[in-house]
Amino acid sequence: MKNSQTTTRTKSRDVLGTSALRPDGVAKTQGNFAFSSDFQAENMLWGATLRSPHAHARIVSIDTSAAWKISGVETIILAEDVPGKATYGLIASDQPVFARDVVRYMGEPIAAVAADHPETCRRALAAIKVEYELLPVLADMDAAINPATPPIHPDGNVFRHQRIVSGDPDIVGDVIVEGTYDIGMQDQAFLGLEAALAYPDPGGAGVELVVATQWLHEDRKQIADCLGLEEEKVRLVLGGVGGAFGAREDISLQVHTCLLALRTGRPVKVQYSREESFFGHVHRHPGRIHLRHHADSTGKLVKVEGWMKLDGGAYASTSSAVLINGITHLQGPYACDNSRLDAWATRTNNPPCGAMRGFGVVQACFAHEGQMDKLAAALGISPVEIRLRNAMKTGDKLFTGQVVDSVAPVARCIRETAAIPLPDDPHHDTGSLELPGGSGRTSDPHHIRRGIGWGVSIKNLMYSEGFDDSAEARCTLADGVATLKFATAEVGQGFVVLAQQIARTILGVDTVVLDTIDTQIGSAGSTSASRQTWMSGGAVDGACRLVRERLFEHVAHVHNLDPLQLVIEGTEIVDTLGPLRVPVADASAGLRIEQTFLHRHRPTEELDENGQGNCHVAFAFVAHRAVVDVDTELGLVKVVQIATAQDVGQVLNPLALLGQIEGGIAQGLGLAVMEEIVVDNGIVRNPSFTDYLLPTALDAPDVVAVTIEEYEPLAPLGAKGVGEPPCISVTPAIVAAIRNATGRDIMRTPVRPQDICLPD
Amino acid sequence: MSDTTGFYELVVNGQRREVRDSWVGESLLYVLRERLGLMGSKGACEQGECGSCTVLVDGDAVCSCLVLSASAVGSEVVTVEGLSADGSPTDVQRAFVDHGAVQCGFCTPGLIVAVHHLLDHNPDPSPIEVKEALSGNICRCTGYGRIFAAVETVVAVRKGVAK
Repeated sequence: MKNSQTTTRTKSRDVLGTSALRPDGVAKTQGNFAFSSDFQAENMLWGATLRSPHAHARIVSIDTSAAWKISGVETIILAEDVPGKATYGLIASDQPVFARDVVRYMGEPIAAVAADHPETCRRALAAIKVEYELLPVLADMDAAINPATPPIHPDGNVFRHQRIVSGDPDIVGDVIVEGTYDIGMQDQAFLGLEAALAYPDPGGAGVELVVATQWLHEDRKQIADCLGLEEEKVRLVLGGVGGAFGAREDISLQVHTCLLALRTGRPVKVQYSREESFFGHVHRHPGRIHLRHHADSTGKLVKVEGWMKLDGGAYASTSSAVLINGITHLQGPYACDNSRLDAWATRTNNPPCGAMRGFGVVQACFAHEGQMDKLAAALGISPVEIRLRNAMKTGDKLFTGQVVDSVAPVARCIRETAAIPLPDDPHHDTGSLELPGGSGRTSDPHHIRRGIGWGVSIKNLMYSEGFDDSAEARCTLADGVATLKFATAEVGQGFVVLAQQIARTILGVDTVVLDTIDTQIGSAGSTSASRQTWMSGGAVDGACRLVRERLFEHVAHVHNLDPLQLVIEGTEIVDTLGPLRVPVADASAGLRIEQTFLHRHRPTEELDENGQGNCHVAFAFVAHRAVVDVDTELGLVKVVQIATAQDVGQVLNPLALLGQIEGGIAQGLGLAVMEEIVVDNGIVRNPSFTDYLLPTALDAPDVVAVTIEEYEPLAPLGAKGVGEPPCISVTPAIVAAIRNATGRDIMRTPVRPQDICLPD
Repeated sequence: MSDTTGFYELVVNGQRREVRDSWVGESLLYVLRERLGLMGSKGACEQGECGSCTVLVDGDAVCSCLVLSASAVGSEVVTVEGLSADGSPTDVQRAFVDHGAVQCGFCTPGLIVAVHHLLDHNPDPSPIEVKEALSGNICRCTGYGRIFAAVETVVAVRKGVAK
């Protein structure tokens, strides 16, 4: 199965700035788009994974003899069957492919089987006998930080500690407010479950893997290491990706699937169930943040001090990077010189945590926005006024010493959000689905109170701390048709349509074919950190510009002109100093021009021991105002309206942009009022869509969005990444609105019914 | 695989389809996808919570992950692949694309079936009726706003109101 990615439109031209439609859209509506779970092969086996039911235990013995006897079982593999490196990991390689002696979290893989049917796999897993000796569970961040606690891993119980000290850390403000904020563990809950199909090369010399991932090349490196193969022997093809949101940045089933295929010499498909998906990928870090804000008598921030603790769970994943994002954003989008902050990322026997949309900034924002409201209350001014008085501007310095040289229209985001009309007053009848509780129809209209709350955020774009980040793309122009090749993971965000828009704009072509997304070209980096419009967009833009230069040289040569006189107007090449107008299709007839471009952003630095350094590339800003109705007796919340103004740089596709804004808001709403993986001493209590609640159509608020469109000179297309900001400050805005409605000083998210109606 | 059913026949998208040597426990979703090659219906929760696997069985919208395949013998099953007779997009499918209701697309086939089912039974739903009808179909990407816009357009066009 191959996903067709060709769109030809002739009526209006789908260039940059238009709401061009995605090339995979029709196929996705018809069920013809091939997701990674939709691939099948002749003679294919199914694979499945045995996982630990315990959070911390020593493996005494593993007996696979009964499982081997089940008809249809082709192979069973354990830690000792991993031919290469025994561990993988994005930053530190500490996660075992299979646990050997000890399991450190509930759901840690122990064995994998391949068999003729998923049901045979299930029976084989049930027949594997593992004897465990239970070990004490380390589930608490403070215990992990305490040096007296025995390490649960040779690398220790703290992934990273970072401090930031800036200005005069001992200064004291006229007004001081403090608070301790708790953030629950959120799941990315993409719809398209982990799935992959591995095809072994004859003789086991190599393997091809069709997989849904965010970063093909990083996967390939880690897979090849574990398989003991050269990277060239491992070929990855992007299977259709049913959402990602950070959860596909780490390895999940990739190595297991390849190993089973190489072991059996047959294609093997692995597909997680929803329950296994909860155990198979990392989550958003839960955390606790304590902040003390100092301000002068006018409300200007004087100092921020405090600490942040994020629980990374059993293995490192991206915890150290999430931590840096977290601590460097504790300032919020506010100007302030003085700080003293500490942050720890801990290792515990809880589920591993890593990347999720917002990457550490979601947690930081929940705390700093709670603090801004406390300051406003202490000073007797409005939530809007306190934020306007402190709004960051371009040229302001962060606690890290880095100067914000991105466009920084924070005050404008706040003002334009405030200008959006509020919704009508509630006037619902008993039983209305618009009431809190929705289809439960339990709310009494007399118990409903309305509240309004604010959240504003700053979010870094791209990777940080000196990571050498790049993206490659190739453009081929032949007979008026452009073909683009890149390894950029399309996960739903719409890079496929953006790439086409870029090529149409730069080259004056209408037909843009997208080649298969795989490892047959250089890395595009990860689809994460709001980076692909900037990075892969920059690469496609660069490749198209190089092709255009060659085309102009050709046309100039034919017509005896200076190529510098030529420009693209619509679909024609035009001589700016003469009468020549030639359609690109004609000018490129019989030609084949191919160019590859590698885009890099400017370098960044690591932080020093005091947290100083230009560690981030660029920043984007957003404001959210939430209106909620709360049934104070039942503790039920209906988010009525979200108003938002987002700093986006140049708008490249208004429809796709709106989709990111509305979708991000729904995820932030989930973290505010319903989404939490409940972990009890290392045991996950709700790994299903029955018990882990996601926003439905009835939970969706009215979203009124304004975009602040100001060309970002740092960005190749003038556009900032827009994926993460929508989900960040909407969570504190909703929680602030609940505080406003109830008068309760709720210090955790998500807000549960008992936090509203049964406070301790 | 042991415990197989031998042979039975399903009627899917108007065609008789043979199912041979299938395990008795296979869901309708599994048989549609893995045995009949109809990959349009998606599995995302296996609990009837997300609606990605929505199909019509005798005109009712059901989660095919919760239906035992063998129990669908004698019923008319319609999947997302069967909504259009000639393979061209239906008005609902076209509106989803035009209004940006498709991002990753994994929930889309189930939503398309659910919207067709809604509008077949209620051609002029209020906004809250649309929300209720679609509240069994989870979308993690869009936040639902563009989906509502797509449905609104289909309703208006079918009524002859809009362009």
